[in-house]
This record gives sequence, structure tokens and C-alpha cells, in this order.
Amino acid sequence: MVATRSAPRAGSTPATSLAIEARDLVKVYPGKIQALNQLSFQVAPGTIYGLLGPNGAGKSTVIKILTTLAAPDSGRALVDGLDVVKQPYQVRRVIGCVAQAPAVDPNASGLDNLRLQGHLYGMPERELKQRAQYLLTSLDLTDAANRLVKTYSGGMKRKLDVAMGIIHRPRVLFLDEPTTGLDPESRAEMWHEISRLAHEEGMTILLTTHYLDEADHLAHRLAIIDHGEVVVEGTPEQLKRELHGDTIQIELEHDDLPEAQRVLVSRDDVREVTTEGRFLRTRVANGATTLPTIMSALENRGIGMISVTVARPSLDDVYLRYSGKTFAQAQEEGAR
Amino acid sequence: MTNTLKAMLYVTGRRVRFLLRQPLYLLITLVQPLIWLLLFGQLFKRITEMPGFMTGSYITYLTPGVVVMTALFSSGWSGMALITDMERGIMNRMLVMPVRRGALAAGSVIYEMIVVLWQALIIIGLGLLLGARFPGGVWSVAALIGCTMLIGAAFASFSNAVALHVRQGESVIGLVTFLQLPLTFLSTTFMAESLMPHWIQIVARFNPVNWAVIVGRQTLSTNVDWSFVATHIGYLIALALICAWFSVTSFRAYQRAI
Repeated sequence: MVATRSAPRAGSTPATSLAIEARDLVKVYPGKIQALNQLSFQVAPGTIYGLLGPNGAGKSTVIKILTTLAAPDSGRALVDGLDVVKQPYQVRRVIGCVAQAPAVDPNASGLDNLRLQGHLYGMPERELKQRAQYLLTSLDLTDAANRLVKTYSGGMKRKLDVAMGIIHRPRVLFLDEPTTGLDPESRAEMWHEISRLAHEEGMTILLTTHYLDEADHLAHRLAIIDHGEVVVEGTPEQLKRELHGDTIQIELEHDDLPEAQRVLVSRDDVREVTTEGRFLRTRVANGATTLPTIMSALENRGIGMISVTVARPSLDDVYLRYSGKTFAQAQEEGAR
Repeated sequence: MTNTLKAMLYVTGRRVRFLLRQPLYLLITLVQPLIWLLLFGQLFKRITEMPGFMTGSYITYLTPGVVVMTALFSSGWSGMALITDMERGIMNRMLVMPVRRGALAAGSVIYEMIVVLWQALIIIGLGLLLGARFPGGVWSVAALIGCTMLIGAAFASFSNAVALHVRQGESVIGLVTFLQLPLTFLSTTFMAESLMPHWIQIVARFNPVNWAVIVGRQTLSTNVDWSFVATHIGYLIALALICAWFSVTSFRAYQRAI
């Protein structure tokens, strides 16, 4: 659909071919709250890049800086080769942004919302009409187009919000937690739409999320960030591969964690034992063959087990490995 | 430039469409001026027996004052629409679009001026029904309406600027109401200048609301002093521009704070 920008150009000079480049971004909010601490990452054109982190990790601050809403205290950021601090007006022409909460006018119809958005981007009337029609149809909002947005469901508002963000065919699209608060069905639809935008319309998408599966499913590359710093960066596959092997999780019947941990640590086919509540987690080279021997070893010591699971490495494991805590724990900390 | 002008009109258009969807709101904004005209007009009916009012009819004296006062009260809420947009995320959406801040500010002010124009016409009509007369003629009434729109524009810009700085509805309401009544009472809206205490006469001279009111009072004169009118319209234009500049630069304060 969009011919202006083609697929990733491999091998060209990095400074010009990047869709997004953040270099050493620092942002401190009043009250000495360090939102970003020397944060750097790069996004190739036409790809989906995920920023994954718990609440308060600095994801939204990154988006605010890259969309020219906030200025970094230091560091530099380029979007489509344009400096967000020095050329904000030009940056605004090439970006689209979908904020965390749907930013739609409840007292206007869906179509009015879309049309105002297109008009403010200076779209010619005919093009705007076609584009609005196309977006309403593809997002299944045609029947509701002339209804006031306050009558919309959460999922419909979200879809309208996304349509408004892409009506002008931005080269770089920012999606700040696009599926937070959506029911599973709307979430699946949204995932589909996001993939389509990158693959069919050739948009570069920067996506923040605190859902591990979302980053895993959508992102070509991702950075896990925490306390305003990049903890680890790579493709989801790379990150998981680096962990080697499978995860075994055992839920104990009684509170005899230290004893169980000793049993596991003493074995040489077991690496890195971590505990959380009554859960024992460990990684082994081959889960299927190791698990029976671990279970019998625990049984011999009289340690009862409620459940046992073996899993291929997940991003949760990646997160645990690099930040020293599970994602759920980090999430709780961030909420506090 | 044309893009900025178009954007401004789209911003105004959005607000106008919202207004047209609830015509009741327009009627509600007219309740207060009606009370001033009917109750104050009756209560102080005989006050014009004292010298200094230029007319024997208090409703004639009061009507231009109420026109200006209504503009002050309605445009003062302009910032609340911005606060609502901030809460809904619409403000941030607008700010990441290639739209000049001036277009956002002007679009909102023009909307307020349209509302003020509509209210002024209704109140003048009501005044005529209640017995007010404007011997100064149509052009003097046009000058009154022009000044009223300018004071409305200035106060709307001021209210917008405050909203962008404090980002909180309560604070906007607080500051705006803190100014509205003193600005009204420290003017000749209700009382002839010669009957006011000396210090209020001095203060009123520097009160922009009074500039609009005294231009409006020229409607009572059979011999309108046009150079006086022009000078004060000039003052009000200058004030409106200063306030507009203040509101445009306030977007920077807002962006620093988020």
C-alpha cells in the first residue's frame, strides 16, 4: 500500500538507514525520579521493535521523547533521521502515535474523530474520505462510524484510536501498551492488525508492552528495560536461546524449600535453582530425561510435590535471568 | 500558513459541532445574564435618579455592562475544555501532530468569540425588549460587540494559559472566579463613575473590563466619541494579543511538566 518506504535495507550506513535511534537518553523528573538512565537502542526500518518492562520502567517516557512530547535532559534521539529536539515539527509529520489510554473524543462520532485527525494532518478531502472508509471497514467499525464514541466499547475505542494513529500513513508508528485492558478477542485482533501494519504497509513500529507473550509474538527485536536502562536486547529467539535448555518448575506440598533446593543443587545436571513462594525453578539441558530422576530424588527425601511442569524457555525466564526477579515481581514493585 | 489557518478552523469546528449537539448549553449560559438584567435592573431601578448615568433608564445603562460581564464569565471557562482534553489524552494527541501551537490556541479563542457574539446579540435583544435604548446607533452597538469579543478573546487566552500551567480543573476555576467578580465590580458595569469611591475610579481606569464597558456606554450617547472608541479598541486588541502570546508559550510549560 505504502510505496514510499521499502523493506529493511541491509548493509547501508547505520546513521541514515535507522528508523529510530536513541542514544544515551537521560530523563529525570522533578523529585529526582530517574525515568531514563543512558538508554540506547536502534530500530531498523519496517520492523517491529518491542520495549518490554514492568510499570514504571521508563517505557512511556521513551515514547514521549521520541514523539516530541517531552525533551530528554541529555542524549539524542533521531526518528527517520530527524532530531526530535531540533526538528520536532518535521518529526511530527512522519510519526503516528497511539497513547496508552484511548485518546478519542467521546462527544463526537467515530467518523468525526477520524476526519478531524486527517484534516489536522492536512490530508486532501478525497484521500481522507477513502482512507477513513478503508480503515473503518478493515477495523470493523463501519456500522458504528456515525455513532458518538461514548457509546463505544473499550475494544472499539481502542480500534478507533489506532485508526486515528495511522490515518496519515506514518512511516514510524508508536504504540504505547496497545492491548492493555483489552479482552482476549480484541487483543488477538489487535495483534493481527499490528503485524499487518508492519508487513503490508511497511511501517516501522515501536511497541511498548508489559506482556511477555505480546513482545514474543510481535517483535522482531526487543529490549527489556528496567529502571530506565536496557537490561538486555536482541531478537526473542536469541534471548531465549541464550538461556540453553528447559525450565522445570516444581510446586512443593509443604514448606520444605531449603531441603528441596539442596537436593537439586547437589546434582550436576542442574543449573541455577531459584525459589519463589513454594515454587522451585531450575533449568536443565533436557527436561524430558532429567525430570523423572529429579522427581525420584525428591521423593526419596520425602519431599511432596503438588505439580511439576517442564517448559521451553520463555521471555519470563529471560527476564528472570537478566533482572534477577520474575516479571510478576517487577510488575508489583513498579505498581508500588 | 494556510495549513495553520485550516488547522485553526478545524479546532474551532470541533468545538462548534459539540455545542450544536447540545443547544441547551447555550440557553443555560444565558440564565445568569437574564438574572442580572431582570433582578438588578429592577432592584436598582431608581438609582438613575442620581446624576452621572447619562440616561434616566437603568436598564439602558445596565445592558452594555451585562453584555461585557457575560463575555467575561463565559470565556473564563475556556481553559476547562483544555483540561478535559488533557484528561482524555486528546491534548497530547494534538501536540504530536504537525499542527502549530498557535493554531490550537487560536482555534479555541475563535470558538469563544463566536459564543460571546451569540450571547451579546441575545442580551442586547433582551435589553431592547426590557426597554433599553441605544441612541448611539447601530455602529456604536457594533463597537460594543467588538469590544466584548476582544475582552472574551483575552480572557479565554488567559484561561487557556492558566490551564496549561496548572493542568488541574480546580485551580483554573479558582483563579478565574477569583478575577471575574473583582474585575466586574471595579468597573462601571453597575455604577456610574462619578458615584464610585475615588480609589475605584483610579483602579477602573486600568481595568480592561471597564475599557469594554465604557466603549459600550457610547451606545447611550447621541454624539459618539469615535476617537475615544478607537483608542480603547486599540488597548483591547493589544491586551488580547498579549494574552494570546501568553497562551501559546504556555504549551511549552505544559510539555515540560508531562
